[in-house]
Amino acid sequence: MSKTFTLDGKPIPFEDGQTIMQAATAAGVYIPHLCHHPEFTPHGSCKLCNVNVNGRNCSACTFPATEGQDVLSETTEINQDRQKITQMLFVEGNHFCPSCEKSGNCQLQGVAYHLNMLDNHFPHFYAERKMDASHPDVMIDHNRCIFCTLCVRASQQADSKDVFAISGRGINKHLIVNSESGQLKDSDIDAGDRAAHICPTGAILIKRTGYTVPIGQRIYDHKQIDQVSLETEHESHG
Amino acid sequence: MESFIQNLVETHSRRPTRLLAILRAVQARYFHIPNQAIRLLSKELNIPTTRIIGVIEFYSFLHLTPRGRYDILISDSITDHMLGKHNLMDYLSNKLSVSPGSVREDGLVSLDNTSCTGMCDQGPAGLINGHAITRLDRPRIDAIAQLIDEQMAVEDWPKEFFEVGDNIYQSDLLLSSRLTAGQGLQSTFARGLKETLSEIDHSGLRGRGGAGFKTAMKWRFCAEESEQERYVVCNADEGEPGTFKDRVLLNSYADQVFEGMTICAALIGAKQGFLYLRGEYLHLYHKLENVLEQRRQSGLLGNNILGKDMNFDIEICLGAGAYICGEESALIESLEGKCGIPRNRPPYPVSQGYLNKPTVVNNVETFVATANIALHGGAWFAAKGTEKSQGTKILSISGDCLRPGIYEYPFGVTIRQILADCGAHDVLGVQIGGPSGTFISNQELDRILGFEDLATGGSFIVFNSTRNILDIVRNFTDFFAHESCGFCTPCRVGTSLLKKQLDKIVDGHGSAGDVVALEELTRLVKNHSHCGLGQTAANPIIHTLERYPDLYQSQLKKISYEPGFDLNASLETARRMANRNDAGAHLAQVEE
Repeated sequence: MSKTFTLDGKPIPFEDGQTIMQAATAAGVYIPHLCHHPEFTPHGSCKLCNVNVNGRNCSACTFPATEGQDVLSETTEINQDRQKITQMLFVEGNHFCPSCEKSGNCQLQGVAYHLNMLDNHFPHFYAERKMDASHPDVMIDHNRCIFCTLCVRASQQADSKDVFAISGRGINKHLIVNSESGQLKDSDIDAGDRAAHICPTGAILIKRTGYTVPIGQRIYDHKQIDQVSLETEHESHG
Repeated sequence: MESFIQNLVETHSRRPTRLLAILRAVQARYFHIPNQAIRLLSKELNIPTTRIIGVIEFYSFLHLTPRGRYDILISDSITDHMLGKHNLMDYLSNKLSVSPGSVREDGLVSLDNTSCTGMCDQGPAGLINGHAITRLDRPRIDAIAQLIDEQMAVEDWPKEFFEVGDNIYQSDLLLSSRLTAGQGLQSTFARGLKETLSEIDHSGLRGRGGAGFKTAMKWRFCAEESEQERYVVCNADEGEPGTFKDRVLLNSYADQVFEGMTICAALIGAKQGFLYLRGEYLHLYHKLENVLEQRRQSGLLGNNILGKDMNFDIEICLGAGAYICGEESALIESLEGKCGIPRNRPPYPVSQGYLNKPTVVNNVETFVATANIALHGGAWFAAKGTEKSQGTKILSISGDCLRPGIYEYPFGVTIRQILADCGAHDVLGVQIGGPSGTFISNQELDRILGFEDLATGGSFIVFNSTRNILDIVRNFTDFFAHESCGFCTPCRVGTSLLKKQLDKIVDGHGSAGDVVALEELTRLVKNHSHCGLGQTAANPIIHTLERYPDLYQSQLKKISYEPGFDLNASLETARRMANRNDAGAHLAQVEE
């Protein structure tokens, strides 16, 4: 008999050492997330995957599953809060979907649609953020960075490099590049690196590939993010 | 620079865990961390430059661009405000011809604000090149300005500028303790280690940092871990505005602090301990080093302590201006030479702490208590206090009272009693446990101090009826936005949104619905943040909204909607570009 916990009333089997997120994904249940990726060490920072475990809010991507836990995820209240947290990410940076190359392939946009986010709700920060287009093949648009550290982790864990880091404190957080000049062109990044492709938003893009897939034919144009997420992340968690 | 960096790295045994100490030394010498130093350190320590830059940009006392040779920081605690900080800052700024937040053109002097420096009983206070200065007033500022003009080294300035008093007004079990070095440890060995842990258990002692976890239980969990390499850490990063009792304990009871740490090491089997001292308490560093050296000389630290088969030593690590490092897992990250970002838990520090080894982290006062409990027994301690909160608590009292300073009370004492003792009159309210704690109004003065009612890490700020509650709340809300580590969305963005929303209301731009929006935001930040900072950051707003709802409502305009920004001011750039300043180039905020 495998162990189980309860997620929104349904029993979810798990193995020791699995997080709530891993067990849920393996069981075919989607929990919204942005900073989580099954191939990399969980980070627990975006807080979209916050679930209520025995009355307490925990990040599903980092919190271990244990026998008999009563976990709530798809409640009206939790999803409303997730929507607000997504709105926070939208107003913190400068996200203009209609003019963004990532539109349709963007997880931030995808999760916002999934959570039925119809406006930004909070006042915009209009943060002044720069771009780094110095590299011949890869570019950074800091306006769209949500500090999920997926590029940081992918560079370390998949590419065995150390190209990115998050620097600064509080609202002044920003992505920095490991190179003498601080520019991407002087770093070890290669257009083939996982780190160059892992960004859930349009902050890190590959040059000269823009709009090769037309708007309307993109990942989230036809499928909801929950479906895509389960299809692509299920195996890794299995 | 190359040889300086190389020597520095050697002094720190080439350990990347000492990055913070290394950067502090570079900052002190070059008034910033030059690019070249970052490259050299990256090479010598074999860590990426990004990790070094990340640390520099995380801690308030480290800088990528040069500060003045005289770097002046003025404490921005509400208590400093109440002692006239604003006027003094203006005066200082004029006197030195430098505006807050900037460096004077000649590079000689820089001026800025800093979070509470823990001198609330002798403010307005500040830091000059990291050294605490107290009791600032105009004559003292005149003198300082002159010393800077003469370019006299800070070491040669009058000693009285840097005098820090203890101001102990009321002593109980701990502050009246006459425990001498080694007594607690001898009792521990005489009674037996297991038996001493039982005494600590029976004392009912709970962590004095505020969270109140049972000390004996924490130590037992750590001791039961299979991993044999274990650590003891004393959390002396008291950054909660209004708290300064650890400053006094470290100044006058340091032996008892180290004794408690050594007893803990004996009980859990640790060979290395750390005292994480907040950067603001640099003035205590050498004194504490001397106490440690004396203890080594007396056989109370080092190898074969008291002739027993026990080896243990303590290292002092200085912080560099980050409130979040008071959170135990952030503190451990900082000890490892990293940004103070709280870890995901579980695992907890007792099983995976410093270098992922089992680690006990306790507050300064907790260690003082354990040293005394080891000597006098658990019953001695448990005889005081209440059923749920045994023993005594040391308070740092500041604000509107005649005798700000240190007071020790058995738990269960009423707030009314404390206010009478410190000479507080015409009380409007009291902030108990600092901004992250609880604000109580003058209708609640019969409430008691204790885990069952008002828990506290020790901060106790009194406000009289001349104070403006919204000013207080604004100061606290700014503090949290400034100190948020930025790791998680709800706290990083939420604390800044709280600040914006509160400013909107207090500045008179709020309209119907804005208080509701504020409440909604407080709930989000409180319920979804990663650690205690975010979970308590909205407390000042929540507590005052509960008690003074009308105060917030009365700030609102009688219109249905008011934009959060100043419409007319936002047109300034456009007016400048169009070279216009006629009436038509100005817009009213709302249609009249």
